[in-house]
Amino acid sequence: MAELTDKIVAMISFEELEEIIDVVKNLHGYDVSGYTRASLKRRVTRIMELNKLNLQELKSNLINQPGFSTYFLQEITVNVTEMFRDPEFYKAVKTDVFPYLATYPHIKLWSAGCSTGEEVYSLAILLEEANLYQRAFIYGTDINGKVLEKAKRGIYSLAKVKEYSENFIKTEPKNSLSEYYTAMYNAATINNSLKKNVLFSMHSLVSDGVFNEFQLITCRNVLIYFDTELQNKVLDLFYHSLCHLGFLCLGAKESLINYKDAAKFKIVNKKQNIYQKIG
Amino acid sequence: MARKILLLAGSAGGFSVILNILKSLERPILIPVIVIVHRNPKYASSIEDTLSKALVQKIKTADDKEAIEDGTIYFAPAGYHLLVEPDYSFSLDISEPVQYSRPSIDVTFESVAEIYKENCTAILFSGANQDGAQGLLMIKRYGGKTFVQDPATAEVPIMPEAAIQLDAQERILNIQEIKDYIKQLT
Ligand SMILES: C[S@@+](CC[C@H](N)C(=O)[O-])C[C@H]1O[C@@H](n2cnc3c(N)ncnc32)[C@H](O)[C@@H]1O
Repeated sequence: MAELTDKIVAMISFEELEEIIDVVKNLHGYDVSGYTRASLKRRVTRIMELNKLNLQELKSNLINQPGFSTYFLQEITVNVTEMFRDPEFYKAVKTDVFPYLATYPHIKLWSAGCSTGEEVYSLAILLEEANLYQRAFIYGTDINGKVLEKAKRGIYSLAKVKEYSENFIKTEPKNSLSEYYTAMYNAATINNSLKKNVLFSMHSLVSDGVFNEFQLITCRNVLIYFDTELQNKVLDLFYHSLCHLGFLCLGAKESLINYKDAAKFKIVNKKQNIYQKIG
Repeated sequence: MARKILLLAGSAGGFSVILNILKSLERPILIPVIVIVHRNPKYASSIEDTLSKALVQKIKTADDKEAIEDGTIYFAPAGYHLLVEPDYSFSLDISEPVQYSRPSIDVTFESVAEIYKENCTAILFSGANQDGAQGLLMIKRYGGKTFVQDPATAEVPIMPEAAIQLDAQERILNIQEIKDYIKQLT
């Protein structure tokens, strides 16, 4: 090891990461102190590599360049998403949850951490196929304003959407996915009718509160980026945002196992991490 | 006492070798083990379930925020990168594939390297792409032990060869030598 200790192994240490977290919090009021460190560190390192910055330069940019801070805050979140990611999950929503939703005259849904909107449009399509869309309204929220702009446009790469068709087929749909978008050149634009009952807006799960009451909340692949303390806080927020017997849908690798009030929920589908508020 | 860890990783041709080695053990490996293999999330397999009957120790898919414990074999879940936190727990990440892979061996290796430093041993097996080479080098730079399966014995030598090209390995071992090494951790 001796001859190698002089080599830079990681671009920043965990201690230095804490300094950056403090700068972002104190200067920009953006609190990522509850985010998991290993992922945060990868994201910060990636920003440093892309922009060829060392720690000092990164800090100075964060302090002195408002434009850079905006960029930095957009880049530290992981926004990877898909339409009908985990087809089995969507199938379960259809069979285990929709029969209940169908009993409400108005159905309000919230996709928290919706990224570029694919999850919201997937839900819209699923509702449409079940003849529930006309009574439904879906709120898609995220902390990242840039991805929300893309979500509002609802325009995706045609090649990607063709891949999503494969996911969609596995949900045993009525129609082909192509019924729900218009293809032009290399782009697929989601039908306007599916955008009618959808609203995208900024909402931070760290600092914002309850804004409506929902029959269903999906928050998928967001909690993995939070430590258990922040997970608990966000799950409390969901609890208070759900109506009695409302549904909570988490990601394939997320559960209520570390939630202090897990007893207030009943498991609807264990494999797909679908819960119902009972307490 | 310092926390130690053993990492076993591979893709094409590597998985079966790793499984055979684990099955051949008569006593449990005392330290935690992480297995990272490329597999298709579309066929989310229940290999862990099948294996737990064949092994003398606890084996499971690593869960988000789970504390890493001695004597347990953890598999990286399909479709996610597996990271290790400074408090020795796992966290999952669904960011872009690295080297066309998610889970990526590089990602887990690099994450573990920094946390476990010289207390980490990693073995890279047969595989069809270059994932893992960079991560193995990182482990070596942090003072960990790094071994690669002898490419001559590998079903697909690309992965171990990539690591050797970076000089990421402390030693090249054949399968029997790898078995012997792991045995003395039991
Ligand atoms: C990996 S994406 C998940 C997208 C989608 N739900 C899915 O599963 O495909 C995680 C999203 O959570 C958002 N996010 C991260 N922190 C957040 C916060 N504090 N409040 C709201 N959204 C947040 C990110 O901006 C990102 O778009």
